[in-house]
Amino acid sequence: MPEPTGAPAAGVKVAVSAERDGKRRVSVCAGTACVFAGSMKVREAFVAEVEAVGLRDEVEIAIIGCHGLCSQGPLAVVSDGETYYPRLKVKDVKRIVQEHLAGGAVVEKLLYVDPGTGARIACAHDIPFYSQQTRIALRDVGVIDPEDLGEYVARGGYEAARKALTTMPPDEIVDEIVASGLRGRGGAGFPTGTKWKFARASPGDVKYVICNGDEGDPGAFMDASIMDGDPHAVIEGMVIASYAIGAHEGFIYVRAEYPLAVRRLRLAIAAAEARGFLGADVFGSGWDFKLKIKEGAGAFVCGEETALIASIMGERGMPRKRPPFPAVSGLWGKPTNINNVETFASVSWIIAHGAAAYAAVGSETCKGTKAFSLAGKVVNGGLAEVPMGSTLRHVIFNVGGGIKDGREFKAVQLGGPSGGCVPASLLDTPVDYESLAATGAIMGSGGMVVADDTTCMVDLARYFLRFTQNESCGKCVPCRLGTKRMLEILERITRGRGRDGDIASLELLASTIKNTSLCGLGQTAPNPVLTTIRYFRDEYEAHIAERRCPALSCDALIAYTIDPEACTGCTLCAKKCPVDAARGEKKQPHTIDQELCIKCDACRAACKFDAVNIVSGPHAIAAAVEAQRTA
Amino acid sequence: MPRRVVRTEQAPAGDARQDDLDLTQVAVIVDEGDAHGSLIALLQRTQNKFGYVPESAVDEIARLTAVPASRIYGIITFYAQFSTVPSGRHKIFVCHGTACHVAGATRITEALEQELDVADGKSTADMEFNLGSVACMGACSQAPVMRIDEETYGNLSADHTRKAIRELVKELGLEARYPGLASAGSKGRGGGDA
Repeated sequence: MPEPTGAPAAGVKVAVSAERDGKRRVSVCAGTACVFAGSMKVREAFVAEVEAVGLRDEVEIAIIGCHGLCSQGPLAVVSDGETYYPRLKVKDVKRIVQEHLAGGAVVEKLLYVDPGTGARIACAHDIPFYSQQTRIALRDVGVIDPEDLGEYVARGGYEAARKALTTMPPDEIVDEIVASGLRGRGGAGFPTGTKWKFARASPGDVKYVICNGDEGDPGAFMDASIMDGDPHAVIEGMVIASYAIGAHEGFIYVRAEYPLAVRRLRLAIAAAEARGFLGADVFGSGWDFKLKIKEGAGAFVCGEETALIASIMGERGMPRKRPPFPAVSGLWGKPTNINNVETFASVSWIIAHGAAAYAAVGSETCKGTKAFSLAGKVVNGGLAEVPMGSTLRHVIFNVGGGIKDGREFKAVQLGGPSGGCVPASLLDTPVDYESLAATGAIMGSGGMVVADDTTCMVDLARYFLRFTQNESCGKCVPCRLGTKRMLEILERITRGRGRDGDIASLELLASTIKNTSLCGLGQTAPNPVLTTIRYFRDEYEAHIAERRCPALSCDALIAYTIDPEACTGCTLCAKKCPVDAARGEKKQPHTIDQELCIKCDACRAACKFDAVNIVSGPHAIAAAVEAQRTA
Repeated sequence: MPRRVVRTEQAPAGDARQDDLDLTQVAVIVDEGDAHGSLIALLQRTQNKFGYVPESAVDEIARLTAVPASRIYGIITFYAQFSTVPSGRHKIFVCHGTACHVAGATRITEALEQELDVADGKSTADMEFNLGSVACMGACSQAPVMRIDEETYGNLSADHTRKAIRELVKELGLEARYPGLASAGSKGRGGGDA
């Protein structure tokens, strides 16, 4: 067997940015979060400034996919020493170009500051967020220019596919994937090799391979980052799968909300076809594989494989009963293999480095790594890939840097609308399919949203139920009507009209829906409610019995009032209030008119003296309003 | 020859465009369809062309593809992307993903509803703005976020949102049509009238 091209045996640590033609290079992150933070303007500024100092021929301004640490965006990495410049403003660019690129001195003042130690860190690799990760699926995301096939190839790209198609019989490839222990990264964790075996064994000349890029969980963006940051990794995995199972046609189904991923995948497919890595006679092996993109049209349920297949066929994306499984009868009734984006991105690594190298990473039951998108009330929001079996604490505190603003960790929501909330007492749970399922949550596709003490757990459950209720396709009664009844109860509770027995009703509905729904969407829809009742029952009880929201979050149960002792009468709140509810004389304590207040939080956000308080519960509200009035 | 269907009596309020639809475009779109005739792709191209999927275009697709209009509506109403009514010129999308939700996305939508006097999911009376929600844009670390046409906004507060929309309305020279917004904008000096 030929040796894979010079890469370490296991877990690539953060990679060195690719260099082209020996030029120095500034890589500006063009991941979604950085673009929202203004990275495209930063890039333009780099181009203009480099031109201005006459370095155009020596320095290349490149774009890269998501670099990972989204909360530090917009960010750029200079190839000399992987110097990392976070939170860039357009005006900072001139300095970096003049002092660093032209003058050769790192701009100390603009370097990353470690929130733990206060020390400045120059090199990206030394930042804990990156050094604590093990990257396999994300190996090239944030390193290469996703629109340049040459960069992917320069880092060993397509060598795995070439090796597979020119030197390995299909059965050997399937065996390799089985031996690696890779399990479906879409969330269910079904062994990928076994799935391939079924599809390979299914009789028929026409088969299909599909990549599920319908990443619909709100708060999850790993698959998007791979598709728009390293599209060839997905394509290469699909080429290998097509040959292993015997499919000459494939589809990548991409969520409607990811236009950037669609654009980059299209470019990547065209480039791969031009180089003979896709299309007819791939690598001169005689194997033909045609790959197309299908854009979703906005339906969460299409992440379910039978619904996704219906959607590709142009139908309403409604799931159907299994069996028959897609491996036997899928797209247009033909044997079909569906895997998730991250799964395909891992496949090419496994073929390149061998099953043993992959299986050496991870835990007993779960091999390899898992990518997470870390978001919510965590210091380092972004993309994190860790070995399976790492603890939640490791991901949230070592990689994620703990909780924002010095607040307290309350829960982490895993797996989106199908998942659940895991409390602080279970932070040492290892990240693997079985351990997470035991908590009542699921691994899911990898969304990890951290909640602090200001997040209301009842409201979070209501949020997810509203989502699943909206997205329920309506085919089966338990999901269509059951989730609606649950949502009504949750809305009642968060509006302060909860009743005795509501918790029991929720639990009864939940178990019925779980046991009787047709597909995964319904079977998992009650999870956010069940886990919050299990771990945060006291919050439900406070809402129902005391008409009080402990997190001070549910609008119907809170009031904004001004502490007359703390208020200096600066009038700022009155200026910010959009409805004239906050008012008062200059230098006199202000008040908030409860009749007019719309609870928009503008006054509290504006107040420099912490004089605007949120209170909850009838007694507390009455007392605070009275204090305001009598001051 | 494609038939030209005009149904003025069913045109949504505030829409003068329905009359002028060039349905020959629909025939071109149908002709371009791939062998596996995906209705979704066909409808996506129709919506790209007209900004929404007009009723007359559905009739035309039904006629040309011999697929019953009822089945086409089944698909249109199933997927969130499709709209059967025209939408405001400037598209505002507030992200309501989990991270944006816990960071206060509801307040962002409420602020916009109030400033523009429009309900979530609807267009303003003058068809200048459409206010919508999306499940997640994947910019979770900048939460809460919104997008107005191609412009993106991150780390929003209700106050930032109001400022942004007021500036945009001013830039577009539409202040006269949004008196509520203009008065709120000039209110800065007040506050001492209790």
